[in-house]
Amino acid sequence: MNFTEEQIERYSRHIILPEVGGKGQAKLLKSKVFVLGAGGLGSPALLYLAAAGVGTIGMADGDCVDMSNLQRQIIHNNERIGKSKVQSAKESITALNPDVKVEAFHGRLTVDNIREIISGYDVVLDGSDNFPTRFLMNDAAFFEQKTLVSGSMFRFDGQVTVFKPHKGLPCYRCLYPEPPPKGLVPSCQEAGVLGALPGVIGVLQAIEAIKEILGIGDMLAGYLLVFDALKMTFRKVKVRKDPECALCGENPTIKELTAYQEEACDWKPAAKCEV
Amino acid sequence: MPVKVRIPTPLRKLTNGSDEVAADGANIADLIANLEKSYPGLRERICEPDGKLRRFVNLYLNDEDIRFKKNLETELKDNDEVSIIPAIAGGRFGL
Repeated sequence: MNFTEEQIERYSRHIILPEVGGKGQAKLLKSKVFVLGAGGLGSPALLYLAAAGVGTIGMADGDCVDMSNLQRQIIHNNERIGKSKVQSAKESITALNPDVKVEAFHGRLTVDNIREIISGYDVVLDGSDNFPTRFLMNDAAFFEQKTLVSGSMFRFDGQVTVFKPHKGLPCYRCLYPEPPPKGLVPSCQEAGVLGALPGVIGVLQAIEAIKEILGIGDMLAGYLLVFDALKMTFRKVKVRKDPECALCGENPTIKELTAYQEEACDWKPAAKCEV
Repeated sequence: MPVKVRIPTPLRKLTNGSDEVAADGANIADLIANLEKSYPGLRERICEPDGKLRRFVNLYLNDEDIRFKKNLETELKDNDEVSIIPAIAGGRFGL
């Protein structure tokens, strides 16, 4: 791959790293990464993936930018309130790095569309905000044999891990076999979250995706990284592949995608946004 | 045998805000019973009515998931650390 002069300058801090080099940068420029959700986790992940020169970035989100998002969703801004999040994110990415081809899907991922949407990507990031979507994404990534970089958060706590069941490593269902039943998920009210927290978790997801593309370092696959912002601690626990996993175990019972019912107040079609 | 138990944010209401508590137990089942005595209501948050762990909550002995050890029968020794880690998603949690 021949770099332009501009690319040599833009990516010079990567290229001088022996672990990346021109070869690694070329890999990044050829890579395709999909990010589910252009919200709290998606914002920093998308920005750093774009800055790193990931050649094609796909994303899906069905919401429009709202004032209450801006406390943490730093890919958007005041002027974009009312626009679709994917359109807003696309504008930020293109302004940051015109090398990146952006594939934006304004809508919800469902049993019917998710496999087709993610099938062309090398790595998939989950920045979704609810359990039904997390299980759907896990199952779709398994069937499509995609490495899934998972990030989640709650108030001051975050969790990051990588699922590679197609490489003999665990999936989300090995870690948490089932989503909490509807009645137990406490509320549909918007829950509080420290604005900078998704910055930490989303950037860790971007780092894992970049390492996966470059083939360097040790991935979090097989481990769950738990971040506590109040105690300022990172802890790693082991995630074992569950031989009895309903999806990737020895006698799987899940053979195709199924939808979990969402909280009534969660289930909403893609919003109509100002263009 | 006192062990240290790490309490996740959603359960800290039950432990008067403490993120770590000390509790005794020869094994995990014992430990949960003793935690319930000191912090009533904690057991039903992490266990099904039949006593099994809920499917979206994990208990780790040091860094190992007890489901891949002896589950509730996993033995404990002095200075062990047990962490309760629930599934979380965008401001939601399963506890």
